[in-house]
Amino acid sequence: MSKNILICGVGGQGTVLAAKVLSQAAVSGGQKVLSAETIGMAQRGGSVVSHVRIGSDVYSPVIPRGCADVIIAFEAAEAVRNISYLKTGGTVIVSNEVVQPVTASLSGKFFDSKVMIDYLKQNATVMCVDVKKACMELGSSRVANMVLVGAACKSGIMELSEVKDAVRLLVKPEFYELNVRAVDYCAALDI
Amino acid sequence: MSRQMIMGNQAIALGALKAGVKLAAGYPGTPSSEIIEFIAKYKDRTGTYVEWSVNEKAAAEVAAGASYAGSRTLVTMKQVGLNVASDPVMCLSYVGVKGGMVIVSADDPGPISSQTEQDTRVFASYSKLPCFDPSTPLEAFEMIQEAFELSEKYHTPVLLRPTTRVDHAYESMEFPSLEKNSLTSEFEKDTNRWVIFPRSSYLNHKRIFDRNEHILPAEFSDSKWNFIEGNGKASTGVAAGGISWCYVKEAVSILKARYPESEELKNISFLKIGTPYPFPEKLAEKYLTENKRIVVFEELDPVIENALIHICGKTGMKAEVCGKADGTVPEAGELSVETVVSVLEKVFFNSEKKEESGAESVPELPVRPPVLCAGCPHRGSFYAVKQAMKGKKTAYCGDIGCYTLGNAKPLDMTDTCLCMGADITMAQGFYHNENDRHCFSFIGDSTFFASGITGVINGVYNQARQTVCVLDNSTTAMTGHQPHPGTGMTMMGKTVEKLSIKKILEAAGVNPVLEADPFNQEQAVAAVKQASEAEGVSAVIFKAPCIAVASKLGYKFNGPVKVQAEKCIGCQKCIRELGCPALSVSSSVLKNGKHRAEIDASLCTGCGLCRDVCPVKAIC
Repeated sequence: MSKNILICGVGGQGTVLAAKVLSQAAVSGGQKVLSAETIGMAQRGGSVVSHVRIGSDVYSPVIPRGCADVIIAFEAAEAVRNISYLKTGGTVIVSNEVVQPVTASLSGKFFDSKVMIDYLKQNATVMCVDVKKACMELGSSRVANMVLVGAACKSGIMELSEVKDAVRLLVKPEFYELNVRAVDYCAALDI
Repeated sequence: MSRQMIMGNQAIALGALKAGVKLAAGYPGTPSSEIIEFIAKYKDRTGTYVEWSVNEKAAAEVAAGASYAGSRTLVTMKQVGLNVASDPVMCLSYVGVKGGMVIVSADDPGPISSQTEQDTRVFASYSKLPCFDPSTPLEAFEMIQEAFELSEKYHTPVLLRPTTRVDHAYESMEFPSLEKNSLTSEFEKDTNRWVIFPRSSYLNHKRIFDRNEHILPAEFSDSKWNFIEGNGKASTGVAAGGISWCYVKEAVSILKARYPESEELKNISFLKIGTPYPFPEKLAEKYLTENKRIVVFEELDPVIENALIHICGKTGMKAEVCGKADGTVPEAGELSVETVVSVLEKVFFNSEKKEESGAESVPELPVRPPVLCAGCPHRGSFYAVKQAMKGKKTAYCGDIGCYTLGNAKPLDMTDTCLCMGADITMAQGFYHNENDRHCFSFIGDSTFFASGITGVINGVYNQARQTVCVLDNSTTAMTGHQPHPGTGMTMMGKTVEKLSIKKILEAAGVNPVLEADPFNQEQAVAAVKQASEAEGVSAVIFKAPCIAVASKLGYKFNGPVKVQAEKCIGCQKCIRELGCPALSVSSSVLKNGKHRAEIDASLCTGCGLCRDVCPVKAIC
C-alpha cells in the first residue's frame, strides 16, 4: 500500500523541512520513499508544493492528481489550489491563515480564509489548525511547519514517534526540543 | 552506510565521486547547481578539486585540461549553459580526452526556471557525444559511473542529461562509501593528439562517425539501460525515456486498476531508452518487429520518436510510431502521470475520461507569482533608476537572475531579457539604432563575471552610450548563493582576494564608475542621473547584500519598520510603487474612507525603502 502526502504553501513557510521530516520518518521505518519539491527560481511568495510518496509501488516522484491521501496546506488558498490532488475520502490539514500576495495588494482583490475553508469542507475531511495561536503558545513563529506535521500524525498518516525521531535527525540540537513540542501540540487538541 | 533520502543531484555527485572524479567544475544554473555543492561537501573525504568557474565555457576547458592529463573530470551546467560551453565541447568531441570526462547538462522541461526548452539529447547528436538519460536518482548514480567508463573506452566526453524531476527528486537509497582518491596522472605532451588541426579533425570525424553509427548502436543495444519489458501481445507498445518512463509505469498501474479485465494492458510491451544517443538500434529493431503501433512518451524534443521512425525507414519496417508529430502526446512542457493516463486511455480504449465538473464553483484563487523578497536591494536599485529617468526616453535591458523579477508590476523595469550578459550588448544595439534613447543594463555580480565583461569592452570600444547597472548583492542569489570572483571565497573553502567590479569597469574604460547604496535613494538617484549624463559607457554599482546572505556577511538588519496609524493617509503609495511582500493593505478604514498600509513584521527587514517613499513620513 502506498501513501501519498502533498504539502503546499507559500515560498518561505517551511514546507521543505516538513517534507524532509515526513520522508525521513518513512525511510527510518524501512520503506521506499520518493519525493519532489519546488526549489530554484526565487520562490519566496510564490506557490510551492512538495510531494512525499511512500511504498514499493510508486514510480514517479510526483503524486498524480486524485491520489494524495493527505494534503498538508500551510495556507488556505493553496489548499484549494491543490485540492485536485486529493483522493476521494482524503484529508486536508490546513492552517486557517491566509497569505495575501503582492498582486492582491496591488489589485485590491483580497480573499477570505473562510471562503476557502468552507470550499474545502464541501470536498474533503478538513482538519483546520489555528497555527498563529499555536506558534504564540509555543513561543516561536518558526514552528508552524512542525505544528502541521503533528496534525498530520493525528490524522493517522504517520506515527508520531517516528516523526519525532526524524526531527532529531534533521533539526539542529538547539531547536530540537521546541520542534518536538510543536509536533506534539495538536495531539492534545480536539480538531 | 545507511538508507537516506538522496536528491538526484546528490546522487550524481556521489556517483561521480565513487567513479574517482578528481576535478569537478561548473557554473550554477537550476536545476543543476547542487551537484557541485555536494561534491564540495565531500571533497575532503575524496580529495577532489572542485570549483565554480566563471562560466560554463571556462568550466569545460578547466576539466578538459585535467582530462588530457588522464584524470577523471566532471563538468556541470544547465541546458542553456551548454550553449555557452559549446565552443570547447564541440572541439573536445573531435580531439577527445584521456581521463574520463562527463558533462552533466540538466534539462528543464516546463520550463520551470529556464529561458528555453532545448533538449540536450539533440545537442548530443549535434556534438556527436554519447548521452545517458536517467529516470531516477538511483539510475543517475549508477549511470554516471558507467559514463566515465564509456568516456575512457572511447576517449570522448560523455553527456549525462538529467531533467528537473530527476535532479530535484529524492529517492531513498543506500549512501555509498567514499574513499580517498589516490590516483595521480601526468600530462604527456603529444601535439599530434592534443592540438586540433583540420587534418586531424577530418580523420577524427571518420572515426567518430563509425563509432556513433555502427559500434555504439550495437553496444547500447545490450546495455542494461535499454530494455524491452513485457510480451508484446498487445496491439500497441509504449516507449519512453527519462522521467517519462516513471510516469508510464505509474500510469499503466493506475489504468490496470481502472480496467482490471483488460488483456491489452496485461500484455503491453515497453521499450525503455536510457541512452538516447547513439540510439540502441538493434534493440529498437527487435521491438519494432514485435509491435505494430508504438506510443512514445518523452519530454522536450521527439528524440526517441524520430529514432524509431528513422529505423523504420532504414529497415523498411512499417510500424506506426505515435508521439509528438501526430499530436498523440503534447509537444511542449512537462509530461505527467495524468497526461500519460489520458493518452493511453484514448489509445487503448478510445475513451476520454470526462473532466469532473466541479459541483460547487471553486473560489477565485490569488495569482502568486514569485516576487523580489522583502528587503531585496534590487527593489531599491530599480526604483532609483525609475525615479531618476522619469519622463526620459529609455530602454531597460534586463538579465538572468533574481532581478529578472524587476519586470513585475509595479516596478516594471525590465524591457528585455534574452540570455546571460545580453543586457549589456542589447543596450548597445538599441543605442546604435536610436541615439537619443538612453539605455540601461541591469546585471548581477555573478552574471557580470560570467558574461558581462566582454559586453562592457564591446560597448566602450565601439563607442556606445549606455549605463551599466551592476546589482551587486555579493552572491549568486537565484541559484542558491554560490560564490563567485567578487565574493572572496572558493569552493575549496579558501578565502581569496576579491575581484573588484569597479576596477574591472574602470580598466575597460568605463567612465564614470559610480557606487551607490540602493537603500539610500537620494544618493542612488543622484548617481543614476550623473551616470546617465555621461557621453560614453557609464556604470552605477548598486551595492547591498542579498538578504539571505546578509547576516552571514556581518550585515546588521535595522529591524522592522512600522506604519504609524495616526499619520498614514491611506494613499498606499508604498504598496503601489514598491510591491514589497511585507507591505499590505490593512482591513481597518481611515476617517477618509481609505485603507491604511500595514507592514508584516515577520517579513520586514527594515530596509527603509517604504519609509523614504512615504509622502507623509508615516513609516518609521
